[in-house]
Amino acid sequence: MDPGRRVGLYGLVAEFDNSDQLLRAAKGSRADGYRLVDAFTPYPIEEVSEALGHHHSKLPLIVLIGGILGALGGFFLQYWVSVIEYPLNIGGRPLNSWVSFIPVTFECTVLVASLSAVLGMLALNGLPRPYHPLFNEERFALASRDRYFLCIKKLDPAFDREGTRKFLEGFDPIGVYEVEN
Amino acid sequence: MSVDDRALPAKPPVIAPGHTSATVSDKIGEIVFRKTPRWWYFAFAGSFALVMLLLMALTKLVVEGTGIWGLNNPVGWGFAIINFVWWIGIGHAGTLISAILLLLRQEWRTSINRFAEAMTLFAVACAGLYPLIHVGRPWLAYWLLPYPNTMGMWPQFRSPLIWDVFAVSTYATVSLLFWFVGLIPDLATLRDRATSGFSQRIYGVLAMGWRGSAAHWHNYETAYLLLAGLATPLVVSVHTVVSFDFAVGQVPGWHATIFPPYFVAGAIFAGFAMVLTLAIPLRAIFNLHDFITIRHIQNMCKVMLATGLIVAYGYLIEIFMAWYSGHWYEQFMILNRITGPYRYHWWALILCNILVVQLLWIRKVRTTPVVAWIVAMFVNVGMWLERFVIVVTSLHRDFLPSSWGMYSGTFWDWATFIGSIGLFLALLFLFLRFLPMISIFEMRTILPKEEAES
Repeated sequence: MDPGRRVGLYGLVAEFDNSDQLLRAAKGSRADGYRLVDAFTPYPIEEVSEALGHHHSKLPLIVLIGGILGALGGFFLQYWVSVIEYPLNIGGRPLNSWVSFIPVTFECTVLVASLSAVLGMLALNGLPRPYHPLFNEERFALASRDRYFLCIKKLDPAFDREGTRKFLEGFDPIGVYEVEN
Repeated sequence: MSVDDRALPAKPPVIAPGHTSATVSDKIGEIVFRKTPRWWYFAFAGSFALVMLLLMALTKLVVEGTGIWGLNNPVGWGFAIINFVWWIGIGHAGTLISAILLLLRQEWRTSINRFAEAMTLFAVACAGLYPLIHVGRPWLAYWLLPYPNTMGMWPQFRSPLIWDVFAVSTYATVSLLFWFVGLIPDLATLRDRATSGFSQRIYGVLAMGWRGSAAHWHNYETAYLLLAGLATPLVVSVHTVVSFDFAVGQVPGWHATIFPPYFVAGAIFAGFAMVLTLAIPLRAIFNLHDFITIRHIQNMCKVMLATGLIVAYGYLIEIFMAWYSGHWYEQFMILNRITGPYRYHWWALILCNILVVQLLWIRKVRTTPVVAWIVAMFVNVGMWLERFVIVVTSLHRDFLPSSWGMYSGTFWDWATFIGSIGLFLALLFLFLRFLPMISIFEMRTILPKEEAES
């Protein structure tokens, strides 16, 4: 991509004292035409995610697929072992005694679904990510304590260094900071 | 307008008034960064000494074999299975608190779920040890898994013992995932609070670059809820499968359809007793009265009382079914339990698990932490006795009087058991020292809104 992307300004970050102000700023920025906006909060706030247009997560679908694969894999592992590879006659019971295969099938379903939930969540969020430009801003450490941040990225078509700063200051933040890449 | 004024005038709040997002973060985060208190060294040294005892017992076992234990014919399942079931049952409360109470929107769970989950992990680690050493040649324990091998052999999937392998390993994995996912935002808080480069780096790596982005929280919350939804049936399945280890067998005293629900209830009963055993001293030592309130202790006592009654019902049904079945061996087994050579175990079990627990009907008992703690200790002992009674009294006198026998644990049985308690405590002390014992970000979400913003 653009080699210049890694240097210079990343975006503008506004720090807020409370979640209501952040919510107003988030809604305002979307209404004003900004698209590359992200909010950072010490705990999940559903309204903010919705205001920024995060309505549907792909995660449930990933977990569903994981669960189905786990169930099929678990069952057919047992089927293959018990019927094809290593048939054992246990008191004349059918080789495909599917009722006794249910517990292991269930455990495999849960195992693969849970692994896909965690790995899927990390993948969708682009984690692990050891470096991020926002960590350059010292104040940003408070995002994991009690402050609320709104970031408008420079790559946003509507971004304008002075204009966006004025716009963010209109929401009465504690401060607006320029974040370098 | 605070949540409590509006909805629950009679109930005390789940978090003491006056806290804000900042004070909650500081108070819980500070425990990790403050100077290691002197008592911690003593406590850790004590439990570590027990870990050494465990290692000694395991070494002896590897060198000499399971003959060092009290196992014999007819009692081929002794301490190893008793302790396995005891530990895994204890673990169940952690998952119940973190998953089922989350889905039921029980806000009070928030301040106890983190260390209850840690307790689950460590208890499952202790539990997992026993089947591995019980196979006699632990270095071949991987034979339990289905993998292509030169012997051309495969596990027998119709056996509850192999179900157990899958249930327990899935449970351990999912508990670890659930716990770790819950920790990620708090690890970020610790990363941002850490002052030394070393701890910044360690917590930074573990937090994986978490920034609290709204987009991330959106996926995170979905993942957390889905994990809770998956862990809920899982936890029920685990102790059900453990009970199948017994119930599918034909030994009188094991072959009972009541076993799955009665085992699951017993697991929750034992687990809540252990959570109380740990929570009551911790809140005093770390001065966490604001977060682990009397309401938490009360609620846990109520869960213990309810599950204790289900367990009592299980005991009654066992006796009733022995009579109702008209089955000689079943009837003899129950009489032998109550009046035979192990009668003191049985009566002690009734005392610990049924009689003492009835004290929890009294409000004063539930709201006095010391008394609640003593009741919980009775339950810890009682649930161990329950497994002893189920395993030993069923096996020691079965169908053929000529093959009857007696069983008791040897020094090495006890050393392994007490050593595993040491392992559990040592892991717990390490956890208390290096990770936040209460979920910080979830505590922020249950703060009354006003105060979060002041």
